[in-house]
Amino acid sequence: MASVFEYAPAPESRSVVDIAPSHGLFIDGEFVEAADGKVFKTVSPSTEEVLSEVAQAGEADVDRAVQAARKAFEKWSALPGAERAKYLFRIARIIQERSRELAVLETLDNGKPIKETRDADLPLVAAHFFYYAGWADKLDHAGFGANPRPLGVAGQVIPWNFPLLMLAWKIAPALATGNTVVLKPAETTPLSALFFADICRQAGLPKGVVNILPGYGDTGAALVAHSDVNKVAFTGSTAVGKQIARTVAGTRKKLTLELGGKGANIVFDDAPIDQAVEGIVNGIFFNQGQVCCAGSRLLVQESIQDELLDSLKRRLSTLRLGDPLDKNTDIGAINSEEQLARITSLVEKGEAEGGERWSPACELPESGYWFAPTLFTNVTQAHTIARDEIFGPVLSVLTFRTPDEAVAKANNSQYGLSAGIWTEKGSRILAVASKLRAGVIWSNTFNKFDPTSPFGGYKESGFGREGGRHGLEAYLDV
Amino acid sequence: MSDATRLSVFKTYKLYVGGKFPRSESGRVYEVTDSKGNWLANAPLSSRKDARDAVVAARKAFGGWSGATAYNRGQVLYRVAEMLEGRREQFVREVADAEGLSKSKAAAQVDAAIDRWVWYAGWTDKIAQVVGGGNPVAGPYFNLSSPEPTGVVVVLAPQESSFLGLVSVLAPVIATGNTAVVIAGEKSPLPALSLAEVLATSDVPGGVVNVLSGRTAEIATPLAAHQDVNAIDLAGADEELAKELEIAAADNLKRVLRPQPVDYSATPGIDRMTAFLETKTVWHPTGSLGASGSAY
Amino acid sequence: MPTNAPTAAILSDVTSSDSTLRRFLHGLPGVDAVGLEARAASLGTRSIKTTAKAYAIDLAISMVDLTTLEGADTPGKVRALGAKAVLPDPTDRTTPTTAAVCVYPDMVAVAKEAVAGSGVKVASVATAFPAGRAALEVKLADVRDAVAAGADEIDMVIDRGAFLAGKYLKVYDEIVAVKEACGTSARLKVIFETGELSTYDNIRRASWLGMLAGADFIKTSTGKVAVNATPANTLLMLEAVRDFRAQTGVQVGVKPAGGIRTSKDAIKFLVLVNETAGPDWLDNHWFRFGASSLLNDLLMQRQKLATGRYSGPDYVTVD
Repeated sequence: MASVFEYAPAPESRSVVDIAPSHGLFIDGEFVEAADGKVFKTVSPSTEEVLSEVAQAGEADVDRAVQAARKAFEKWSALPGAERAKYLFRIARIIQERSRELAVLETLDNGKPIKETRDADLPLVAAHFFYYAGWADKLDHAGFGANPRPLGVAGQVIPWNFPLLMLAWKIAPALATGNTVVLKPAETTPLSALFFADICRQAGLPKGVVNILPGYGDTGAALVAHSDVNKVAFTGSTAVGKQIARTVAGTRKKLTLELGGKGANIVFDDAPIDQAVEGIVNGIFFNQGQVCCAGSRLLVQESIQDELLDSLKRRLSTLRLGDPLDKNTDIGAINSEEQLARITSLVEKGEAEGGERWSPACELPESGYWFAPTLFTNVTQAHTIARDEIFGPVLSVLTFRTPDEAVAKANNSQYGLSAGIWTEKGSRILAVASKLRAGVIWSNTFNKFDPTSPFGGYKESGFGREGGRHGLEAYLDV
Repeated sequence: MSDATRLSVFKTYKLYVGGKFPRSESGRVYEVTDSKGNWLANAPLSSRKDARDAVVAARKAFGGWSGATAYNRGQVLYRVAEMLEGRREQFVREVADAEGLSKSKAAAQVDAAIDRWVWYAGWTDKIAQVVGGGNPVAGPYFNLSSPEPTGVVVVLAPQESSFLGLVSVLAPVIATGNTAVVIAGEKSPLPALSLAEVLATSDVPGGVVNVLSGRTAEIATPLAAHQDVNAIDLAGADEELAKELEIAAADNLKRVLRPQPVDYSATPGIDRMTAFLETKTVWHPTGSLGASGSAY
Repeated sequence: MPTNAPTAAILSDVTSSDSTLRRFLHGLPGVDAVGLEARAASLGTRSIKTTAKAYAIDLAISMVDLTTLEGADTPGKVRALGAKAVLPDPTDRTTPTTAAVCVYPDMVAVAKEAVAGSGVKVASVATAFPAGRAALEVKLADVRDAVAAGADEIDMVIDRGAFLAGKYLKVYDEIVAVKEACGTSARLKVIFETGELSTYDNIRRASWLGMLAGADFIKTSTGKVAVNATPANTLLMLEAVRDFRAQTGVQVGVKPAGGIRTSKDAIKFLVLVNETAGPDWLDNHWFRFGASSLLNDLLMQRQKLATGRYSGPDYVTVD
């Protein structure tokens, strides 16, 4: 007789992180209140519990932070590269030391499973600092000519989906190249950036080199518009990216944008099916689908559609949704009420337009923001859910008949960030990869990241690359 | 028959779109004069519809041109230099007229422009090795980054250097596989329009380069807003126009190369190529032999 | 109990000739090694605590094929092993018995006597274990000998040489013949020696080949080569039995063997079973561990859960 193997709760201990009831802005090496005294609350999306009250930076604070960064720039950029490198190596090591604490913190503030913060976010954060640390004294050899110069003060605005990782992608190359930074974390996930400020303190980083300004969109807008900012780096929505591009038009500010996507995950009839199923799941349910490079459009060859969908549905039925701190949780909470509303409305639109909606049996917790893993079949290129970025655990399934058709459909998008190819035929991988208009292509894998690997989009997914040697260019006067 | 009695044959300057030489859809022309104000020719005054047609042609040509081998593109660009060498005298005359240069100074410009085609002809199959490469990721993956052309690039040719400047901004765009819509310098469009004739006989596929003449601002404005244009080089825009165009370009997040002071006589470097290249990174699993007793 | 009849009817044409069999096996979906290993590793991060752990440990104990396959095996050694299988922890009689003891054919009679009346099965490796390099008649005699001595289960090895040479029908026919020699009384486990098959594609093909030929269990390895059971190759075989049942309605068991030494490892394998083949396989009729030292670690962990103290090797029996 078969019995049931029920996994008992296995929560990661919350006690490894001590969240203060209030947090200030981090300007010129000090935690300070906002000039106008404004604060906002950050909540845990899985429980709606208020985690802390955080100072909200206004225009005056932006100005103060940019001034601090400007003042720090002179010495920081003049420091020998080897010395800057050592600061970054210190930061990388301290992140490794404190990774359990930061993983729990990130899970609390963001809602993503501890499995991901522990095994993906935090290791990648440390690796990113470690990687760029090594560049700081080798810039002469990076292929940009001798003695490439930093730009000055970098204004950086990051999203809530990978709070600390996006911070690392922004701050590590900026500091390695000799810039100073003012960074605005997202309003729903400010805490890990403020803990990072404390890591800067522990590392002895000179004051003003890193400034952290929690706030909403208007804080970010003030930062990118500030006249003494030399470099703007933004990760977030395409709509805001366009607005920023307009703001910096006609200035000398260098701009890099990492924006939305609607990644096609193309499964050919000769794919390694079991691994493809894992790749599809990882492509759209990693971080609840709140990933700009998510494989949100499944393009499956018609001849294997039924077989693949059966396998996929069976696999989705084993996903475990619930307490993000539980080590066995696969699907955590949606980051905010606002995002949940957006997902819900797009999914309703998908149904209204004739998409067939399916979710595994799945009990959602009563409090917090949750959305069950969802598949849509009967979707065509004309459906909203095949075109718009949902940024949630929702997969649109489309079919194709030939490789040409697969490529044509995959490229038929305003976006061009990522794509996946599943086939056992090597030449087909190379042929299709070369025809896809996307910045990152995963063949027989998905959602893999590495500090050495350039990341960024084509078309309206933005421009500039983060990661690798390419990532230095955004912060150098070249 | 003496020279004094023979009437010369004027050239009718036309646009170059999709490999053909149409008149402007507007049916209008404008007067082009030399630096002293003497009439040289009438040039087509391109309309927004000419601009639209040029984008269609450039888009149509993109697949073939970007898909051609780099070696092939290199030979085509070299062929342009060969053809120009043969028509050197014509271009010296046109550049001298356009820019008010002495014959020897104009000749230096033309020579430099011909050499610039040779420089970029040699780059086509090298740039990928310089800016691309393998990435040593921490996992069982083969990871490769390669540059790819951005797509359809609108080029506002420099106003001050009618031929060398033009070649210096156009050649890097097409060397890497982009296709171009060129807006010739407003005051001195004739060398650009003549270059089109050279391109047409140099194995450059139709549509890879499209040349429009007319009012820069008038033509550039719809192109900067055009949703099927991927990038724009603002070399020929003044500060005010550049800002307007950059704002319009944000609508579909075109790659924008802002105007900047350039010494066109100096060796160019690779910046004008990399400005219109995308980096594509492809991950492939490798697996490890023997680690688990099983692999690939 | 229903056993896997040779060649499930639905796929009977597949085995009609060497070429149809080859086409079928080579037409199975490929396996991406990195993806497979990543999935196995990811399931390995499941955290099994408290009640779930207690359940898993008892389940694992009940799935152990307690094994001794040494040239130096004696009746005394086998009797000790049998006693241990029947009463794994003399200090706690609520401990489940193991599934079986696994011995060479000449020790079957001794083992049978040692476990008599306990419900513990006697499994015997046969077919010129572990290399399998003998004439078919010799292998079949080996099997008949074990069955005649009372073996409940036969663990055969496939002819890896024939498999690697692409002579799939030869391998198939041999399994069918062994199955026939097992008669109706003994269940057949087919050992692939995955470490020698070397590629995951081969392991998938061998799994289907074995199931088509009537295997009641597919088993990773003999324990006699460098690489034996791994989470990845076991995961792959679990996918195979899952897919085979979906296509034919016939359920086949899986037995990883060799190299599984700790409770932590065993629990990881149970997670693989649970989340790949599904709960239907969470029973010692469908899943086994071929192991020897694993049992003592399971017992020590069991004592720890019961008492809250860490146990030590002196508190479990040496066999």
